[in-house]
Amino acid sequence: MRVKHHPILGEDKRKENVTIVVDGKKIKAIEGEPIAAALMAAGIRVFRKTPKKNQPRGVFCAIGRCTDCVMTVNGIPNVRTCVTLVEDGMVIETQKGLGKWRESR
Amino acid sequence: MAKGIKKTGVPSWEELKSSPGLPDADRLEEGPVAFIECVQEIPCNPCETVCPFGAIEVGSPITNLPKLYGEKCTGCGLCVAACPGLAIFKVHKNYTNTTSLVEFPFEYHPLPKTGETVRCVNREGKFVVEGKVVKIRNSKQFDATALVTVEVPKKYFLEVRSIERKR
Amino acid sequence: MKKTQVAIIGAGPAGLAAAIEVARAGGEVTLLDENHKPGGQLFKQIHKFFGSREHRAGTRGFRIGEKLLEDTEKLGVKVLLDSPVYSIFKDFVIGYISDGREKAIQAERIILATGASENALAFPGCTLPGVMGAGAAQTMINVHRVLPGKKIIMVGSGNVGLIVSYQLLQAGADVIALIEAAAEIGGYGVHASKIRRAGVPIYTSYTIQEVIGKNSVEGAVIVGLDEKWKPIKGTEKLIEADTVCIAVGLSPLAELAWLAGCEFAFVPSLGGHVPKHDRNMETTIKGLYAAGDLTGIEEASSAMEEGRLAGIACAESLGLYSKEEARDLKEKVWARLNTLRTGPFGKKRRDAKDKLIEMMEGGADIG
Repeated sequence: MRVKHHPILGEDKRKENVTIVVDGKKIKAIEGEPIAAALMAAGIRVFRKTPKKNQPRGVFCAIGRCTDCVMTVNGIPNVRTCVTLVEDGMVIETQKGLGKWRESR
Repeated sequence: MAKGIKKTGVPSWEELKSSPGLPDADRLEEGPVAFIECVQEIPCNPCETVCPFGAIEVGSPITNLPKLYGEKCTGCGLCVAACPGLAIFKVHKNYTNTTSLVEFPFEYHPLPKTGETVRCVNREGKFVVEGKVVKIRNSKQFDATALVTVEVPKKYFLEVRSIERKR
Repeated sequence: MKKTQVAIIGAGPAGLAAAIEVARAGGEVTLLDENHKPGGQLFKQIHKFFGSREHRAGTRGFRIGEKLLEDTEKLGVKVLLDSPVYSIFKDFVIGYISDGREKAIQAERIILATGASENALAFPGCTLPGVMGAGAAQTMINVHRVLPGKKIIMVGSGNVGLIVSYQLLQAGADVIALIEAAAEIGGYGVHASKIRRAGVPIYTSYTIQEVIGKNSVEGAVIVGLDEKWKPIKGTEKLIEADTVCIAVGLSPLAELAWLAGCEFAFVPSLGGHVPKHDRNMETTIKGLYAAGDLTGIEEASSAMEEGRLAGIACAESLGLYSKEEARDLKEKVWARLNTLRTGPFGKKRRDAKDKLIEMMEGGADIG
């Protein structure tokens, strides 16, 4: 959920003005925010599954260091979602294992 | 059970009483006064620099505990807003015959409203008594640290230190 | 190849402060950072800083960040954003990526201000979504304005654990418990008092046994520890929660210093392996300076002072300041730094830092 009101930072006046597609589902997001923030705001916590044991993984460091939050974005796997900003129409997929490059690329 | 700020996060009475930031009993009778609950030597002195009356001394090194000069303190409350640790309160023991005022820093949303009845809590966040909000100060200079004053039965003026956060 | 007089890597508090000092002395600076925005971790610091007036005490961290950015802009510091540096080669050639391409810039002096990253903690369930760094949660709530969860367990009672707990409350979450393996709270008591008044219980001598959940955190089992830090049977508590934040310290991000060939020292109280440096913040490689959390984990106020030191010393070495001018300036910074490193909390860091500097002066190959 989004922190709309804040005692120190005031009201968040940004609007959800772009749409991204996450595993086929449309989700509203705010231009300029990282993918991970948009997903977290939408209540999505599982970003990928590990290669061998198929275990779920999500955000750990949120500053681009740990790579736990990588997903497949616009067909490119292993994109760090915590430091990659959303763009209107972006296609995001929960990454399975090491991910696959989209055939057409 | 073990007590004290290092163990519980709550300063014990012994720690508070042995710190130089508390007004003495006589001063408490006389009117609003700062009540500094700073019991650890951390490098910090905004309380000293913000006080227009020289009523708080930290000196050098700035890890010294702040000393309150009760006779100089006018109870203006500027230090309450300035303390980065939110560790200063303002108490007015004899507000009426039966009630006291406690002013404390409050940085949650939403703020209570003046006149509202609120649930007052102690240093452990436990409900103590209902009180009435008599004043809210939220000037630009305080930079989002609002000062809330509650009126509570006199016997709780040393106990009430905040109110329950609304959710 | 592009050239610059002084390259500073990392635009957090230390890097920005260093850039300002070099530019103020008349030096030409290029500041590189991997992020979209400068400021490092300053913009998630929404609390009022400690210290004295000269440290801008009582000012909230993000406002200090705004001022630093304003100053760097006024002074004409060139900032390369989205530019992760991947190595430092011979003759101070810095390799970085920009727009998906390898680029290089050569500098006469380099100041490394690469910061730190959060430590993880191993326990069953530690990889479940919902287990995250406390700093990560802080970034999410204060920078991106998104709550990672509603019911939170904080692990670790250093200042990060205490402050982030408070800020999670401010953002509208509930902190169900803060647990600390040591017998005492590690951070400032005033930070602990704030969250206690808000009703957060602090469990000292407790650790996390496991986190439970299928696809993400649903709860955690905490357990009491005896004096030998062994779990005490029967003290287990199952706590329902959706998020577990880990605040068990930070480690310097020292990769570039390693790659550049700096000599290191292992100093646990400073967070681990740190590049040796002298009182000018110069490493064992002449012309290569380091500042901020990279040289030992402290807080933003001291990182800024170290950045200033490195900047002034760097300017001096370039002849932008006379020896006397530089000495006066550095003395002032050292006085402020030492002030921050006093008292029961700061002394340990000061001792460790002094030792680190002694190592350098003892048997180092300076110049």
